[in-house]
Amino acid sequence: MLYRECGVFKSTYAEDMAIFPLPLDKWGMGILLIVAFLVIPMTADRYLLTSIMIPFLIYSLSTLGLNILTGYSGQLSLGHAAFMAVGAYTAFNLSARLDLPILLCFLGGGLMSAAIGSLFGIPSVRIKGFYLIVATLAAQFTIEWVITHWAWVSGENVLGAIDTPPMEILGRSIDTPVEKYLLTLVVVIVLTIFAKNLVRGKIGRAWMSIRDKAVASEIIGVSQFRYKLLAFSVSSFYAGVAGALIAFCHLGCVQVTEFELLLSFWILGMVIIGGMGSILGSFLGAGFMVLLPIYINRVVRMMAGVVPSDILTNLELMIFGGLIIFFLIVEPYGLARLWLIIKGKLRLWPIPY
Amino acid sequence: MGRKLIFGLFAMVLVASMVVVSGQALAAEKKKEPPKQYIPLFAYRTGPFQAGGSGQAGGNEDWYTLVNIKGGLNGVMIEFEECETGYNTARGVECYERVKSKNPVHIQPWSTAVAYALIERATKDKIPLSTIGYGRADASDGTVFKYVFPLVTNYWSLSTAKIRYIAQVEGGLEKLKGLKIANLHLDHPYGRETRFILEIMAKKFGFEVKHFPVPWPGIDQKSIFLNIRRFKPDWIINRNWGVSCTVPIREAARIGFPRDRMLAVWWCGSEEDVMPAGPAAKGYLATSFHGVGKDFPVIQEILEKVHHTGKGNISYGRVGSALYNKGIIQGILTTEAILTAQKKFGNRPITGEEMQYGLENLNITKERIKELGAEGLMPPVKTSCRNHEGFDLMLVQQWDGNKWVQVSGWIEPFKDLVRAEIEKSAGKYAKEKGITPRKCE
Repeated sequence: MLYRECGVFKSTYAEDMAIFPLPLDKWGMGILLIVAFLVIPMTADRYLLTSIMIPFLIYSLSTLGLNILTGYSGQLSLGHAAFMAVGAYTAFNLSARLDLPILLCFLGGGLMSAAIGSLFGIPSVRIKGFYLIVATLAAQFTIEWVITHWAWVSGENVLGAIDTPPMEILGRSIDTPVEKYLLTLVVVIVLTIFAKNLVRGKIGRAWMSIRDKAVASEIIGVSQFRYKLLAFSVSSFYAGVAGALIAFCHLGCVQVTEFELLLSFWILGMVIIGGMGSILGSFLGAGFMVLLPIYINRVVRMMAGVVPSDILTNLELMIFGGLIIFFLIVEPYGLARLWLIIKGKLRLWPIPY
Repeated sequence: MGRKLIFGLFAMVLVASMVVVSGQALAAEKKKEPPKQYIPLFAYRTGPFQAGGSGQAGGNEDWYTLVNIKGGLNGVMIEFEECETGYNTARGVECYERVKSKNPVHIQPWSTAVAYALIERATKDKIPLSTIGYGRADASDGTVFKYVFPLVTNYWSLSTAKIRYIAQVEGGLEKLKGLKIANLHLDHPYGRETRFILEIMAKKFGFEVKHFPVPWPGIDQKSIFLNIRRFKPDWIINRNWGVSCTVPIREAARIGFPRDRMLAVWWCGSEEDVMPAGPAAKGYLATSFHGVGKDFPVIQEILEKVHHTGKGNISYGRVGSALYNKGIIQGILTTEAILTAQKKFGNRPITGEEMQYGLENLNITKERIKELGAEGLMPPVKTSCRNHEGFDLMLVQQWDGNKWVQVSGWIEPFKDLVRAEIEKSAGKYAKEKGITPRKCE
């Protein structure tokens, strides 16, 4: 009853193709956007913006990228963090050396990352599954190695760290947490809409056919080479933009160690926990993996003084690990599926038959 | 049914935790106590480097506990709080934003990467960043980095001091000519940082330096030592970290390289690094910036007043270990800087901006060190507007199979050489960031 699907009639093609055909969804999304664009910037303090919202949005974007590759196209990758590094370092060089407008730098970072990503995606045409993981692992190590050893890409900094130059859009400097938050939000929303349209169109269907049965999809005329590489390049593009956002909007100064293998695993974890093949799942998964440890940490800290601090800090990892297992047992298809189930229940609630 | 039960329980736990969090927040506002000096500690008790993070945090906390037992700093009690970073930059930045509202007196990130990420933020927020013994080396130039204090020493100074020590052992600077030194370093920004300064030294004194990068995380170094054996070095500089510190000791034993010709960076000079190597580590040398062991009045006092009363913040066995002593020195430097600031601003909790004055006008004389009971544990420190490093002397310690033994006096780096590089690098930073270096004096 709460979540009504009946009574919604579609009389035009446009209505039929809408992302949110139900008025309830439309309103819900509208309220969410109002909260994101107006309420949060006006009420949130600096801590919430810089340490919670910005990383959450950026990692959601990165997860979305990997979700396109893993969730929609069925190609496993462990090089995602390295592609983020490519984006960050490219954007830095474009901004520091060429002094390009910041949005162009993000775009350039994404494109560079897409180019390199599709290069490392070539093996996917011949191999899949675990073998592909190994091939993408090579991307992780190669890119890290190149960035560490080629001093030019980090601006000859002794430590290989990039210190991002100040940002400016149309003469207005992007400096305060609110401005950085809004910039991140706009980039993330634009790219999310793009991704949503990509996956529900021809390309997305081709990807899903490859995921579900590669041989069958090839027989019906889906070019494996083209679509697999496209998946790799789109996925790396998202990673690249997310990496650039981390460098410019989140940390301000990054080293290549920021984008180590562990981060690739984390993002893969976000995809799995959030739900493979789901845009919403990318956000839920990123929220789970980024925000939950901080939350647990703050709760556990309450016991400081009673419990020795070394046990206290490890407690955070234990609870977090336990929760991952818990959620995967309860809902192997991820948090997005949980949301579907809740929606299904709300359809009948409060009078289930 | 089972699922419903689990979800119900889960929801209850979640709600309960939220109630606790908000309740605590409300309670904190109601409390009325005399203001305390808040000092955050960015510890890391998890992750690959937890030995380093927990040892230093323990030393720091024990020192603050002792200060509180003795009545605080001119009556101002210290309130210290840990924030776990796990040696992760993003978590470090999160910690910074979390503690910022509590008026922290300074930030000690204990991680070079976190330090880099915080320099600009902290400068803007006027909170000093103390990177004691690590961090950005060129931040020693106080004219450009007003709020960054790489106190004690930095990696560049330390590297030149290592060369001076080698010269001492070999019998004079002129004996360096023709020596072969292998720089075994982690292939990682931190490891690569000192390559250039060693090359400058090599050119100046006519020795040969060859770099042997160790791929992260450096658990297997057999092939590297094969190359080292071919190079036939007279000395090996061990600039690794964590587990990769221990591996070279064993490998050196295997190829028969004398361990007393291995000189390690201070991160590789803790008990946790040499113990796993067992007898192979006997004779191994490491640099440090503090005395070794627990035979110092200040540590004895901590044992008596803190640990024997059950208030210790670290296991009893680790008191007096290398990392612990570093924590003590870091604690002493912090409280001394607060006292310096109190002299100017009054006996009350000091803000970050006032702490900047305290750190910049730090003057810990020999007499003061004796008063603190830290004679031999630390050398005198004197900072200035221009020089944020304070002192840059180093000691060499040797592992005798059971414990560290100090084998050298305080060794000076090649100050002018390092200073020139620091100013060059800081100047470049200032130019990139559009900072006008401030005038000193």
